[in-house]
Amino acid sequence: MIQQTAAQMADALAKGETTSVELTQAHLDRIAAVDGQVKAFLHVDSEGALAQAREVDTRRKSGEKLSAIAGVPLALKDVLAQKGVPTTAGSKILQGWRPPYDSTVVSKLKDAGVVIMGKTNMDEFAMGSSTENSGYGPTFNPWDLTRTPGGSSGGSAAAVSAFEAPLAVGSDTGGSIRQPAALTGIVGVRPTYGAVSRFGLIAYSSSLDQAGPFGRTVLDTALLHEVMAGHDPKDATSINAPVPAVVNAAKSGNVKGMKIGVIKQLQGEGYQKGVQTRFDESLKVLASLGAEIVEVDCPSFEYALAAYYLIAPSECSSNLARFDAMRYGLRTGDVDGASAEAVMSATRDAGFGREVKRRIILGTYALSSGYYDAYYGSAQKIRTLIIQDYAKAFGKADVLVSPTAPTTAYKIGEKVDDPMAMYLGDVATIPVNLAGICGMSLPAGLADEDNLPVGFQIMAPAMQDQRLYQVGAALEAALLSQWGAPILSKAPALGGAK
Amino acid sequence: MALPTYDEVIAQWDPVLGLEVHVELNTKSKMFCSCATEFGAEPNTQTCPVCLALPGALPVVNEKAIESTILIGLALNCKIAPYSRFARKNYFYPDMPKNFQISQYDEPICFDGYVDVEIDTEEGPKQFRIEIERVHMEEDTGKSLHVGGATGRIHGADYSLLDYNRAGIPLVEIVTKIVPGTGKYAPEFAKAYVAELRDILRGLKVSDVKMEQGSLRCDANVSLKPIGSDVLGTRSETKNVNSLRSVERAIRGEMIRHAELLNDGKKVKQETRHFQEDTGLTRSGRSKEQAEDYRYFPDPDLVPVTPSATWIEGLRATLPERPSLRRKRLKEEWSVPDKEMQAMINADVLDIVEATVLLGADPTKARTWWLGEISRIANDQNVAVADLSITPADVAELVALVAAGELTDKLARQVVEGVIAGEGKPSEVVAKRGIKVVNDDGALMAAIEKVCTEQAETAEKVRGGHLPAAGALIGAVMKETKGQADAAKVRELLLKHLGQG
Repeated sequence: MIQQTAAQMADALAKGETTSVELTQAHLDRIAAVDGQVKAFLHVDSEGALAQAREVDTRRKSGEKLSAIAGVPLALKDVLAQKGVPTTAGSKILQGWRPPYDSTVVSKLKDAGVVIMGKTNMDEFAMGSSTENSGYGPTFNPWDLTRTPGGSSGGSAAAVSAFEAPLAVGSDTGGSIRQPAALTGIVGVRPTYGAVSRFGLIAYSSSLDQAGPFGRTVLDTALLHEVMAGHDPKDATSINAPVPAVVNAAKSGNVKGMKIGVIKQLQGEGYQKGVQTRFDESLKVLASLGAEIVEVDCPSFEYALAAYYLIAPSECSSNLARFDAMRYGLRTGDVDGASAEAVMSATRDAGFGREVKRRIILGTYALSSGYYDAYYGSAQKIRTLIIQDYAKAFGKADVLVSPTAPTTAYKIGEKVDDPMAMYLGDVATIPVNLAGICGMSLPAGLADEDNLPVGFQIMAPAMQDQRLYQVGAALEAALLSQWGAPILSKAPALGGAK
Repeated sequence: MALPTYDEVIAQWDPVLGLEVHVELNTKSKMFCSCATEFGAEPNTQTCPVCLALPGALPVVNEKAIESTILIGLALNCKIAPYSRFARKNYFYPDMPKNFQISQYDEPICFDGYVDVEIDTEEGPKQFRIEIERVHMEEDTGKSLHVGGATGRIHGADYSLLDYNRAGIPLVEIVTKIVPGTGKYAPEFAKAYVAELRDILRGLKVSDVKMEQGSLRCDANVSLKPIGSDVLGTRSETKNVNSLRSVERAIRGEMIRHAELLNDGKKVKQETRHFQEDTGLTRSGRSKEQAEDYRYFPDPDLVPVTPSATWIEGLRATLPERPSLRRKRLKEEWSVPDKEMQAMINADVLDIVEATVLLGADPTKARTWWLGEISRIANDQNVAVADLSITPADVAELVALVAAGELTDKLARQVVEGVIAGEGKPSEVVAKRGIKVVNDDGALMAAIEKVCTEQAETAEKVRGGHLPAAGALIGAVMKETKGQADAAKVRELLLKHLGQG
């Protein structure tokens, strides 16, 4: 049962062939069986999940009209506040904190009858690309347990890839949904900035953060996207417009007559051979489906990584100031005679990990008077140039494409001591965040050299998220018919979903 | 060296001022969340995830606060920015939940305005134009209560209590440009400026403007330069100035303190000082020699404020008359002497008198009632005139009843008491209490005849032309009619009766 797609599960629920309780229990059993190895979850809320499942079964029985994915279980990235359920953002500084409120995403999931099974592991405060920066230890890639699943939403991606959950929610500030999706062989979408409410999403970098869906198929991902998105008056940056018709697009994948732009700067040198090969093949598939492939030039992308690593740390240095031991979370050093300032310092020293401290210090420096213009100011200018590059490129193509990540999944520990090498892994995903547009990663096959999944990235203009699904669904269908079976059936580490 | 006198100070030094006024807006909800803003609630009862800065919570701007700020800007002759942004002012302090304050930095919503003030001096009235640099929005912090320790400050305290009810209450900061040229009247002009601001804000109904509750707070920057010099001296910034009188005292005190230092060849330290109400002196706060780096940057959680021209012009159309102009106009329209005008302003009855006049009452009569009998009762009850249950309509009715001869002034006072006691409108009180001017000639004549018979000797004197003796008889008649007769009428009838009419 757990090998089915979310759409199939929803269908079985609608037909009465199974119940949400049965489905949820099957996934909880799978979690119990494999999560000791994968470590995708920080907290499994079995009781809460089964209670939600029972409720949705009752609602269904009483004939209530339910959402398309009502009763389907899901894994939630620990960056989203869920009332009464431990929420840590992967940080020791929030250990034991139970939010007194639901994030808007969680409210929408609950309203839709989606069953939230637990909170997934992540790089602390979403800062990282491998989940190794979690305060609670790394998550392991179900394809090869010695490798990272990517990050920062590595727990969510691994859970879906290991059949612990058919759907998961992640967040993407510089590629944190798309890159782990690529490294674990699943589909992940970062919606347009402002399409999904950030209310209750623990902030890393406010102008870049965006929650989004993971699934094993393009359609599953669209079903979750539709539930999560929509205007929220509690988020001033939320876009007040109808949700793009992503489910329809996913059901009618078609690229005939579409112009697909290949970004010159996001391929070739620096990209693993097997990654480039699968990417080029996917382009041929799209061309064979009737798309016109064009090359576009985005010269400012060269500076995207540098701009990102000034803007995101700057914002985080301010966003993370609230963790001060005064009102919630960790408090250390509160001994007789210690001043508030001393307790704050001791707590922040003990509660934050190395990467978080590195970025807070970087950001504090970049915002300092005398340096602001040179660092934060210049980064904002580059951001504007990247937006202009995209605008020009979207004048020539309906969607833009690139490999999602330059490499397949790397070994745990391989890059922890080399932050620059780790940062370079986000080179292809970061421009989307800086421009506030939307992007998808979907599996393009396995790299020949390591038999690990390769991600294919599709980018579309703001609030044109349906184009991702339209192109993604067409490519997915064509590749699936080539492979003969879903890519995850080839994952060796956990023996697929046996 | 002895402290210089104020005259000695101004003989040598020229003060330069800079005033920062913080105004708490009276919006129902906070600046960035829907929490209530009522003053004096139980600690930490008016809080939510947003104003407690729980992880994940986001601010959303209160439209009403923006509207109030634009109104203030317009009333202070400012330009309104078509595009302005909120910025984060980053610093750590336990009563600030986010450890940054959402404020405005280089893009304030209102800028380049002015306020004209006038003071009375022994040389006659003097005017001065105080230029406004900017008016911007920000949020208030919570309150810390430092327990233990000698100073009530965080250093040396045993522990601190935090109340976040005030955290996130909308504040407007009104900053003047530097104000040179006030000369020896610097303290008076500063006080007049804050008073004028208070009146303008009250007229706009955007704030309670209660200095004692902190809804209007003034920080006064003072520096001295030698007379004739263009070089500004080092300034001190005095906080905690909680009344109009304190504004004047604090500035005067700082001028003397600076002069003493400078006369001794010492330097004035650039620092924050705290005004002490009891001594009228300031004491040193934190030093500002090392400028703090607040790392301002545009708040990425908020969108720019872009008020449309239509909105701004709509608000401009609702602006009330400027208080100083209004006072001038009313003084002329009502022909009020200076002293009386000042009395009305001090007693805060100008609005209510005007409302009464607008309902048809004679200005002098209306003023006399509000400033006299009604103020006296308010004083006795220790409440504000406006809090009594008597309305301008009641007073207008009262004035009309007296004018129509249906009440005497003395009877009208009883009616005022009745209205304030909640017995109804003046006409209802008159009916209920059976108050009536006796002007029935027959009844009066009966009383007069009775009195003249009883006091025949006195009556004879009057009849003989000794008119002063009539007073006793009139008094007796008034007593006979229980004070309900019109004394003038009694006199007229009595004299006629005794052949002197």
